[in-house]
Amino acid sequence: MTNTAMTPEISLSPSRRVWRRFRQNRRGYWSLFIFVGLFVLSLGAELISNDRPLVARYNGQLMFPLVTDYAETAFGGEFDSPADYLDPFIQSQFDKPGNWAIYPINRYRFDTLNYFAKAPNPAPPTGDNWLGTDDRGRDVVARLLYGFRVSILFGLALTITGVMLGVLTGAVQGYFAGKTDLLFQRFMEIWGSMPELYLLIIFASIFEPSILLLLVLLSLFGWMGLSDYVRADFLRNRNLDYVQAARAMGLSNWQIIWRHVLPNSLTPVVTFLPFRMSAAILALTSLDFLGLGVPPSTPSLGELLAQGKNNLDAWWIALSTFAVLTITLLLLTNIGDALRNSLDVRRKS
Amino acid sequence: MSLLQVEHLTVRFGSTTVVDDVSFTIAPGEKFALVGESGSGKTVSALSMMRLLPDADISGKILFEDQEILKKSDAALRQLRGKDIAMIFQEPMTALNPLFTIGNQIAEVLMLHEGLSARAAALRAVDLLAKTGIPEPARRALSYPHQLSGGQRQRAMIAMALACKPKLLIADEPTTALDVTIQVQILELLNQLQREEQMSVLMITHDLNLVKSFADRVGVMQHGRLIETADTDTLFSAPREAYTQRLLASHAKRMVGDVASDARPLLKAEGVRCSFAIPQGWFRQKEFVAVDQLDVSLAQGETLGIVGESGSGKSTLGMALLRLSVARTQGDIVFNGQPISAMEAGQLRPLRAQMQVVFQDPFASLSPRRTIEQIVGEGLALHKPDLSEAQLREAVGAGLQEVGLSPTMMSRYPHEFSGGQRQRIAIARALVLKPALILLDEPTSSLDVSVQYQVLELLAGLQQKYGMAYLFISHDLAVIRAMAHRVIVMKDGKVVESGMSGDVLTSPQHPYTQRLLAAANFSTH
Repeated sequence: MTNTAMTPEISLSPSRRVWRRFRQNRRGYWSLFIFVGLFVLSLGAELISNDRPLVARYNGQLMFPLVTDYAETAFGGEFDSPADYLDPFIQSQFDKPGNWAIYPINRYRFDTLNYFAKAPNPAPPTGDNWLGTDDRGRDVVARLLYGFRVSILFGLALTITGVMLGVLTGAVQGYFAGKTDLLFQRFMEIWGSMPELYLLIIFASIFEPSILLLLVLLSLFGWMGLSDYVRADFLRNRNLDYVQAARAMGLSNWQIIWRHVLPNSLTPVVTFLPFRMSAAILALTSLDFLGLGVPPSTPSLGELLAQGKNNLDAWWIALSTFAVLTITLLLLTNIGDALRNSLDVRRKS
Repeated sequence: MSLLQVEHLTVRFGSTTVVDDVSFTIAPGEKFALVGESGSGKTVSALSMMRLLPDADISGKILFEDQEILKKSDAALRQLRGKDIAMIFQEPMTALNPLFTIGNQIAEVLMLHEGLSARAAALRAVDLLAKTGIPEPARRALSYPHQLSGGQRQRAMIAMALACKPKLLIADEPTTALDVTIQVQILELLNQLQREEQMSVLMITHDLNLVKSFADRVGVMQHGRLIETADTDTLFSAPREAYTQRLLASHAKRMVGDVASDARPLLKAEGVRCSFAIPQGWFRQKEFVAVDQLDVSLAQGETLGIVGESGSGKSTLGMALLRLSVARTQGDIVFNGQPISAMEAGQLRPLRAQMQVVFQDPFASLSPRRTIEQIVGEGLALHKPDLSEAQLREAVGAGLQEVGLSPTMMSRYPHEFSGGQRQRIAIARALVLKPALILLDEPTSSLDVSVQYQVLELLAGLQQKYGMAYLFISHDLAVIRAMAHRVIVMKDGKVVESGMSGDVLTSPQHPYTQRLLAAANFSTH
């Protein structure tokens, strides 16, 4: 017997080898790195861009305005309403000896209205508002940061539900084949011929528009593309001998699906992941742009784009939103390309 | 003068040398065979003769009628391909274009190289098909490849290759994908056509048997080198190289021991019938009977050989006996005293450990994303859930050792092993459960001859050690002769002959068995 493989080196699992090939693609690797960095950064948006101090000391007392709402009276004001930290009066209170406040880098939240702004809205970029304000006087940087977070989270949620539904339905059709497959395919043909956009418009007028509603509606139709790919892979893999061998071993159907067929049918799922994600982000953006998306108060890239379109002279709105969107989608596409290449087994690592 | 002269041919792909300094000549009208196991470089040598390897780095000299092939322009080479040098491939289904009729495809060659008109070419195509012995050639010329049987397709390929009366025919494993009886017909056809046309033939094969009855001279290749070239008679009677001797010796001898006289019956099946429903239109179905009213019995520690050509229903029968078939199955099957034919899937599950399967293709039978430890240990974890992790590892290691693999390989993945090693892993997977019965479905047919021999020895040894019974499915009579105590011969779902393997394989009664034996070129030495 030829024992060329006697050395007890640690073997790389197929997924580890994919990761190694992925890392060799510099562009994809750095895109992933930057994307994850931006995402983590945006998760902490409240710490970066907020209209309240992170920590403050007032009259010998340590205060945390970030987590607690303080009334204006707490800082020597006259009203019992929540303190507006952009108010020159309150700021002057913190300038008194012994008092201090640590502010976030950007001193606006996505919905902060600066009642003390000097320029009319929309205001061009200044030292206070780095990318200017929108037509309601809200800071564009803050809206972009929070809007980016909403987009990515929405994209992730839609991708995850879509992938889970797609894999589940594809697996059931492909593994059980026969009548199950036939009936499910006909169902998908009917379901797929429903006019998605009309449904969205109708539902947007019946229900209060919310992110959850959008997520549910888009998920209802988003799984079908993937389902077909997974089904095809399952149909191919279910007839391979290793599945027969597992059956001979006495494994149950779900055990076979989970342990044997699924891991070998995941290539289309992983390949499409970044592309699905960018499609989801784009879907949310376009719905917001058309006014069918998230409720008005939510920070959203699509809503910013619509504002840019309505205020063409306020170039900072459209341009900066466009840049954020382009960079996000470009990063995702780069990641997707690298993933696709690294999953291609014909390529040598 | 020689027709083809190959001198110091070396072919490299990147940094790997696939063919290493190979030299041979073929005289006009000579039948030369290149024999070797997979990966020995025989096909690559042949393809480089037509310069059909775009990525390869070829050096050396290939002279065809004193013209240097490696220095020819692409245009000049195209004149040569198909006209003076023709080729037939292993798998005619993939070598023929599925969208054109075979008459069309033959006519295309004639129009291209001989400038015939479409009409004249079509008529010649029918002539050529007639010559290859296809029944109703005029009708067959209008058929598409998928409408023909494997043998007919190969005949069509041959007709296409012979269309322009080539001086050299390269036949790359022309019969490997075919059943034994058809193999013989194709070889006879090639022989006869070679005599009529006085062409030279370069035959590439892994099958020494085939070469013995066909070639004038034989070259043996190993690891890209041509290690021995001799006349066929000389090579078979006095092989010079150790490797050649080993190839010749790997013809299976009888390996199994006797069955204990007090062996209890293990498996008894009566009236087994398997059928598939073939949809006809929307609502009607036709029933195709794959296995028809078969009785099978098997004692402990015994091997029952199931012989037949492809489509005879032998695999369906094997799977049905283990209740793994997707076919509609009737009949009574009793395993170890328990009637398994009536059991639910859940009731069967604990019995699964007793009956295991080893499949033909070791590349398809191991899940590529699981380690060897996971693959071999899966059954144990299921059937003996009380084993601790350490005990499980130990059992898997012992199982690997049993089949001649090192337990240090446990954390590897299937792609890191050769075909023979993978088959050993598949055997280990079945073995660790200590089954009473293993269904071996062509366990050696996708392996090289010398590896085949080792795997058979392993199986025979394990049987003696553990007293397991084997259901051994094979189309290869030599393997069955080596391994089986009793044989049943199947044709079209029915048993045509059964009995002790010595009797059936030396003095067959049924004409079909006799034909199989003659076809397998089976000498009773």
